[in-house]
Amino acid sequence: MAKKLPKVDVVIVGVGWGGGIIASELTKQGLTVVGLERGKERKTEDYFMVHDELRYALRYEMMQDLSKETITFRSKMNIRALPMRSYGSFLIGTGLGGAGIHWNGQTFRFLPYDFEIRSKTIERYGAKKIPEGMTIQDWGITYDQLEPYFDKFEKMAGIAGEENPLGGKRSSPYPIPPMRTTPSMKMFADAAKKKNLHPYILPSANLSQAYTNPDGVARAACQYCGFCERFGCEYGAKADPVVTVIPVAKKTGKFEIRTHSHVRRILHTGNKATGVLYTDVTTGEEFEQPADIVVMTSYVFNNARILLMSKLGKPYDPATGKGVIGKNYAYQVMRGGAVGFFDDKEFNNFAGAGSLGMCLDDYNGDNFDHSDLKFIHGANIAVTQTGFRPIGTNKVPPGTPSWGKDFKAASIKYTNRFISVGAQGASMPFRQHFLDLDPTYKDAFGDPLMRITYDFVDQDRELAAFCADKCAEIVKEMGANEKLEINRKLGPYDITPYQSTHNTGGVIMGASPETSAVNNYLQMWDAENVFVVGASAFAHNSGYNPTGTMGALSYRAAEGILKYRKSAGGMLV
Amino acid sequence: MADSNNVKEQPVSRRNFLKNSGLVLGSLVVGGVAGSLLRKPEPPAQPAAPPPAADYNQALMFFTPEQFKVVDAACERIYPEDELGPGAKALGAAYFIDHQLAGDWGFNAREYMQAPFFPGEITQGYQGRLKRREIFDIGLQEMNNYSNSTHGKRFYELPPEQQDAVLKAFETDELKLTTISASTFFNMLRASTIEGVYADPLYGGNKNMDGWKMKNFPGNQMAYTQLIDKPEFVKMAPLSLRDHQQH
Repeated sequence: MAKKLPKVDVVIVGVGWGGGIIASELTKQGLTVVGLERGKERKTEDYFMVHDELRYALRYEMMQDLSKETITFRSKMNIRALPMRSYGSFLIGTGLGGAGIHWNGQTFRFLPYDFEIRSKTIERYGAKKIPEGMTIQDWGITYDQLEPYFDKFEKMAGIAGEENPLGGKRSSPYPIPPMRTTPSMKMFADAAKKKNLHPYILPSANLSQAYTNPDGVARAACQYCGFCERFGCEYGAKADPVVTVIPVAKKTGKFEIRTHSHVRRILHTGNKATGVLYTDVTTGEEFEQPADIVVMTSYVFNNARILLMSKLGKPYDPATGKGVIGKNYAYQVMRGGAVGFFDDKEFNNFAGAGSLGMCLDDYNGDNFDHSDLKFIHGANIAVTQTGFRPIGTNKVPPGTPSWGKDFKAASIKYTNRFISVGAQGASMPFRQHFLDLDPTYKDAFGDPLMRITYDFVDQDRELAAFCADKCAEIVKEMGANEKLEINRKLGPYDITPYQSTHNTGGVIMGASPETSAVNNYLQMWDAENVFVVGASAFAHNSGYNPTGTMGALSYRAAEGILKYRKSAGGMLV
Repeated sequence: MADSNNVKEQPVSRRNFLKNSGLVLGSLVVGGVAGSLLRKPEPPAQPAAPPPAADYNQALMFFTPEQFKVVDAACERIYPEDELGPGAKALGAAYFIDHQLAGDWGFNAREYMQAPFFPGEITQGYQGRLKRREIFDIGLQEMNNYSNSTHGKRFYELPPEQQDAVLKAFETDELKLTTISASTFFNMLRASTIEGVYADPLYGGNKNMDGWKMKNFPGNQMAYTQLIDKPEFVKMAPLSLRDHQQH
């Protein structure tokens, strides 16, 4: 029997970017908020020994313990899903700050096209452009409506950047100047300009200079130490929830964080939530935390999983296309790039920052004509310098053996003599790709694991080949003509090699309860006092890193929750 | 023992020591502890050169000495000593692997190892019930078996070219093992060799940071702000996590 605790205004499930933003915005307005976080407490001081590639990058120190909980995967419905037993394709965060701790800090805004993708595709190319089974839909909000929230997120985090010449309109410039320009970034920009493309410096949550945000949080500048992705920042220079929004919420005295608290169910009477049920993982005790408003702020998979386990919202059925929870799971197409090997140049590849790079959007969204192409959308193309580390980076020219004397010589020679130009391809939703509960495999509490049914499709393969050619043209223009590796071919989706932690969808937003789970305030159509915040709301995934858009939607949701609180209840849209 | 104090100390001859230890084995001496007792005594050390400090990290936590010899030899073929610098053996990669297998990683402690187990598609990843330390046990035994059956010697007794041929046979699944695939084992061995060569020396490999030095990787520096936008390549002596600890 769960112990019932005193009721609070709002309970949030997961204290990462989404939870941190919701908590800071609501507590500033006087609401009492409890944040339940299944992992541990975290501080900047934890990262004194963070420059440890083995511990953090290879042994996944910051990630969820898969022995307790993982996901299962199958490429299609007629094969058995099996558990992801060890990490590979994507990395699930845990602990205070969640995946917002071990991100790189690349903070893009999705394009205006993204939010109205279906309407704009039909408008320009006709309805036939959308292939059978592709379930793209408009998001129920436009870029212009979302713009103020992008602005707010960027100012809170301290995004360093320069305007994307092909992006949506901005109400104000980035709060701080862009990151420094490395030799490889300059080579990329020069090559791109020669081809009449529009390069710009990656928007970065690694601070280019010391910065104090509108909440009064002051942070130091990035030291380009080369340990961002998979690592926490020892300087607090990389914006993360622990050094930005969480302290703001705590300072109000209205925010209580309970770590080691694993939420298992949203409790509800009919279509109204009454609170959540959670287990203290240190003692095994069960608690009921009653609240007026429940906000799901965990990662994509747990947002969808807890709703399904709680029987809240209509589960998606791929046979009929009806139902919404689990719908439109999408990912990212990371194949489609080129690597140049330079015999006569050496770069300081060991130095870098998670969001240090030069990119362009000439082949992203609908910034180019798709009339004769067998795909829609595209990719952001970039050269990045995130800091290559010696175990993970042993790039050798094509044809080199993978071990032995020749491997050793080539990997040592080229470790500082290669430049990779990569494409981050958009991922479109399809009717047969979805999330549901696994019928066989359980987590440490005996609850079903999340099951992913997903594979790459022809659209992805066409996109990868197209992007690889574009990347190769740029790398050649940069001077790598002799030794070149072009990655055109996209195989089946394989859960073992790392690709991207940009999993999206499952609890998508939209204009209608028939086709979406939440409205444009991320309020559940089927439960008015439940808000589901995260990249789970994305109706498809763009050719960008998701955090900027996810952050904007979090601010939008916070505003919605405050509105809902002030009104007598009911739907906000 | 009780009256030993009363007995005049005598130099203990090797023969007497063995006799008293019950280790006299006639002409056949097996390996292991007994074999090591029969080595010739070392010549006295030159007093001018103090002996190097012992590396207390170089002791086995998981492998048997036989397994260690196989791993040590295999790592060296994967990352050999050459004119660029030391190979995996001198860098201590096999000790690194031994120490890793003794801990969480060897037990797959942070991985989902719950039943039921079903064979899956390659794209679904590893679905076996064996832990990494068990895979190494099997893989190393099979490397010796295969070396014996094809070349008549254990793996570490073969000349380098034949060792390469054995590794190649594993890499390409030329031989079939029952519980794991040969290439699964090879890939694990290769990956952990690279780790042992380039991980921070605190883990027992990358001795003297020589792996990093060959690659011009500066290790654990606090900042690169001074060089990040400079056109020239900057070489610097690497720092380890231990250096960081002393600050």
